[in-house]
Amino acid sequence: MHPFDLISVDSIQDAVKAQSSSPTAQQGASVRYIAGGTNLIDYMKLNVETPAKLVDINGLNLTAIEPAANGGLKIGALARNTDVAYHDTVKTQFPVLSLAILSGASTQLRNMATTAGNLLQKTRCVYYRDTAYGCNKRQPGTGCSAIGGHNRIMAILGTSDKCIASNPSDQNVALAALDATIHVTGAKGEHTIPIAQFYLLPGNTPERETVLEPGDLVTHITIPALPSGAKSYYLKLRDRTSYEFALASAAVVIKQSGGRIDFVRVAMGGVGTVPWRSHEAEKALQGKVATPANFRTAAEAALHGARPQSQNGFKVELAKRCLTHALAEVTRQA
Amino acid sequence: MEQQTPQPITESKIVGVPTPRIDGPLKTTGTAMYSSDHHFPGLVYAWPVTATIASGTISGIDSSSAEKMPGVLAIYTHKNIGPLYRTPPSAGFSMILDERRPPLEDEIVRYYGQYVAVAIAHTVEQARAAAEAVKVTYNKTPHDTSDKLLDTPTIAGKLKEVTKRGDTAAALAGAAYKHDAVYSTPTETHNPIELHASVAVYKDGKFTLYETSQAVVNHRDVMAAMLGVPPENVQVITRFLGSGFGGKLWPWPHALLAAASARNLNRPVKLVVGRSMMFQSVGHRPAIDQRVQLAADKSGKLLAIQHDYVNHTSMLDDYDEGCAESTGFMYSCPNVLATSGLVRRNVGTPTSMRGPGAVPGLYALESAMDELATKLNIDPVQLRLLNEPEKDESTGQPFSSRHLKECLTVGAEKFGWAKRNPAVGSMKDAEGRTLGWGVAACTWIATRTDAEVNVELRQDGAARVACGTQDIGTGTYTAVAQMVAHETGLPLQRIDVVIGDSGLPPGPISGGSWATASVVPAALQAAQQARKQLLSLSTKTDGCPFKDKSVDELEFVDGVVRIKGQSSGGVPFAEILKTANVRSVSGTGKSTGLFGDPNQKFSFHSFGAQFAEVTWQPEIARLHVSRVVTVIDAGRMINPRAARNQIEGAVVMGVGMAMLEATEYDHRSGGPINASLADYIVAVNADCPNIDVTFLDYPDFNLNPLGARGVGEIGLAGIAAAITNAVHHATGIRVRNLPVRIEDLLVAPGNKTS
Ligand SMILES: Cc1cc2nc3c(=O)[nH]c(=O)nc-3n(C[C@H](O)[C@H](O)[C@H](O)COP(=O)(O)OP(=O)(O)OC[C@H]3O[C@@H](n4cnc5c(N)ncnc54)[C@H](O)[C@@H]3O)c2cc1C
Ligand code: SF4
Repeated sequence: MHPFDLISVDSIQDAVKAQSSSPTAQQGASVRYIAGGTNLIDYMKLNVETPAKLVDINGLNLTAIEPAANGGLKIGALARNTDVAYHDTVKTQFPVLSLAILSGASTQLRNMATTAGNLLQKTRCVYYRDTAYGCNKRQPGTGCSAIGGHNRIMAILGTSDKCIASNPSDQNVALAALDATIHVTGAKGEHTIPIAQFYLLPGNTPERETVLEPGDLVTHITIPALPSGAKSYYLKLRDRTSYEFALASAAVVIKQSGGRIDFVRVAMGGVGTVPWRSHEAEKALQGKVATPANFRTAAEAALHGARPQSQNGFKVELAKRCLTHALAEVTRQA
Repeated sequence: MEQQTPQPITESKIVGVPTPRIDGPLKTTGTAMYSSDHHFPGLVYAWPVTATIASGTISGIDSSSAEKMPGVLAIYTHKNIGPLYRTPPSAGFSMILDERRPPLEDEIVRYYGQYVAVAIAHTVEQARAAAEAVKVTYNKTPHDTSDKLLDTPTIAGKLKEVTKRGDTAAALAGAAYKHDAVYSTPTETHNPIELHASVAVYKDGKFTLYETSQAVVNHRDVMAAMLGVPPENVQVITRFLGSGFGGKLWPWPHALLAAASARNLNRPVKLVVGRSMMFQSVGHRPAIDQRVQLAADKSGKLLAIQHDYVNHTSMLDDYDEGCAESTGFMYSCPNVLATSGLVRRNVGTPTSMRGPGAVPGLYALESAMDELATKLNIDPVQLRLLNEPEKDESTGQPFSSRHLKECLTVGAEKFGWAKRNPAVGSMKDAEGRTLGWGVAACTWIATRTDAEVNVELRQDGAARVACGTQDIGTGTYTAVAQMVAHETGLPLQRIDVVIGDSGLPPGPISGGSWATASVVPAALQAAQQARKQLLSLSTKTDGCPFKDKSVDELEFVDGVVRIKGQSSGGVPFAEILKTANVRSVSGTGKSTGLFGDPNQKFSFHSFGAQFAEVTWQPEIARLHVSRVVTVIDAGRMINPRAARNQIEGAVVMGVGMAMLEATEYDHRSGGPINASLADYIVAVNADCPNIDVTFLDYPDFNLNPLGARGVGEIGLAGIAAAITNAVHHATGIRVRNLPVRIEDLLVAPGNKTS
């Protein structure tokens, strides 16, 4: 671990000011916000993150979970994963988010982990975490060791020949299906970013994972209300039963009326380089009857562009079964 | 000391009684001192630098900037570590270690993660930072970490015969029913939560070493030899171990780094191995390929067994997993051939992992038996019952105590095996999940090694029992206390057990599941000797009511000396000692082991049967081990509570072996790439099946007077096969390459949704 300074801030302005001095908000940032610390500290211990300064934002008043306009929900950046998962509104209106969060990590971690920290957690690619290996994300230009290496858990959607790392978060998959908006305060003031535009595909710059710029502080997220009668569900498949990241997961939101699906959102985890919203699957389901065959067709559509690596070809079929089953479950509830 | 012919002890108020651990409160209150908990004034920290190539030589080490970092005291490399020696050949249970090369011996690197330097600093953070700042350059040479083992060049050039009888080739050629398959198991890494650690204190030429050791006496001998000092200059202490699973049986290079650094700096040094290093330089179960060929007649009678295995070993050391250990005696069969081969790979040296040999060996053999049963259309329990031998056919010796048939029938009954429909995928549970039921038999060696125990009866009314064995979390403290409680009649609270110190009378290693069985005769004898001395003292002490009585008229019952048969007039032994102003009377027991003795009258083995149920949901490719019934025939349980705990833990480890665990090498770098607890997946609570453990109570009095054997390892043997056999029953897929993974099952015929 590299030596670093730790400062605490008690205003958003001070926080933004402190981080604005970093040349980047992405990989290699010299100033980092620290929230729960469950992700950042791991990488600092491994010398993967080497900030010279940490800005402790836990003193900011950003923990609230409260109603937002038009029946939506506002979740503070510092709301702990546990508090979000067990919040009444989340459990009743957005169960997909509660299920997704509770399927991740462990109780202890969820008690520390924050909403924004989870949004910004880094990939579980083993090479990203081991400085003895080349990794374009950690150190641009050093090559991608996962291609042709240990890539069983890597992504099959949205990859590039520079990086195939999957976004590991469960929460973010649910937020993608819920069409969340991320609220940021930065050097130029407040702005909002729809989650669909928040994450960047690796392309030629895998070190850039989000659109955040130096100083940008996530203050909260908002989730729009779902149409009344909509159901949601999260299914996660993995090697062991708990305390393990997803090999494939699916977040689904569906409303049926008159025997047909008239509202649907689908997102997938474990398979994409970013939380993977599948408009293809949604298109395949819109207006259709909820049948196993239609679910399977949607799953085929979702995985249509999949590009497996040497060890993760199985994820294509696994993800299809995952989505098919999640759709079956969510429509059974309806 | 003369070895008495042991009298079987059939009755006891304490042996065989489920007993909570006497050291439990120390552990639950955090006061038990594990090795790395020891701290001393002036203590400094060591952090190793590990090689990032798998083969080659060090061309340069630049430690100049590391040396200038805050708190740094020294950076040691092969140039300045000072004298470290190799050990002479081992004899018995002394001078054993698996990686024989002292660390930093020269500039050659033979595996990824090999220590190439060590940084010493005032704090562990400073030491680690300095280690990371040491710049090492290498001349790389090609390495080989391939896990293709069978049919690759072996060290010996050919496979070595392990056991042989009859003409296997002819029997295989002529048989009507045959099975032939290769079973592969990956490198598995021991992951006790307690990391390997050494705290080395050096003073006036003497070393006191707080080690994570399953064998303090051997550890002392090895360290003395490698440090080049007489054994009496080294004391090794392991009061508590956060488990070892075999990984801590023998010393590993980090212990030498700590001791040599303490010597060089003349101050205490603490070295705790990092989790990633646990996958590199402290042993592992090697990758193994096993080819098993079986032949049988139509009725299911075995005609031939051929078992050829090859395991990887390191570039310098020859570690043989011993997979065919049980192949010769498991079943009745006229023609048996087992062979072994070792292949060199650029990996750290492998070592024993819980149930070495038998655990992977029985995975292969018991999978093959299941496959044969399927071919023969015979129930797999029946197939095993049909081939039960009358004696050990590999040696001709009678079994001391073998109740495998009863294990199988009792297990079948408890499991409900009679309801099994053999058709693949035919059984469902209430929720509609597909059920798979599998069975496997298991066995593990039963033996005793040399042991010496001292028992003291003290003026404070307590007994002290001392032995240079150790408790690796299995309950040795409690078992030893129970033995002495039995012999003296003292309650457990008044027995101090002192173990885990090489300065004590030499005791058995905590390995092979024989520590308990080995200690029994010596502990009983020591207590008897102490009693003799007590009675003798009673007859010679002025003021003692037994003065001038003959020893033969007296007895020692429940801590009281009295005239034989008279329940009144007894005197507590503490009073006698006080009257005599003698602080304590003591006795020493010494027993000679049976291990490796060619003149043994019996074939000593424990047996068991494992029944596993899996649930399978093809629509989401979810496999879960839901239920395990295990029936164990391992002699008398001294402490059934701790014994059950051992079997349950082993079953959970078996779930890991079958479905989760594998150390993955990046063959391009040669390094283990999933070297963390996040990436090397072990079973968690949610993966645990319901576990039903039954012990058949057949004391093995040929082994020791209490009839106790051991249960540390047998619980893991057979589990992986029972699970994979159940997986086949559920899915129709035979996974012969552990662990069973989702991708293996996605191809299940008829399981595709589309
Ligand atoms: C063993 C283990 C298992 C896990 N398993 C899972 C799992 O199965 N599924 C899953 O989804 N997750 C899993 N996690 C990850 C866990 O969810 C994350 O570690 C956690 O959500 C991170 O939150 P944090 O508040 O601790 O983030 P921190 O570590 O504090 O921060 C993470 C990043 O976010 C940045 N950041 C934090 N807050 C802000 C803000 N307000 N504005 C801008 N930037 C900010 C930080 O600078 C840092 O770069 C696991 C973690 C561990 C250690
Ligand atoms: S997949 Fe991405 S994170 Fe992993 S090694 Fe390649 S570039 Fe690095």
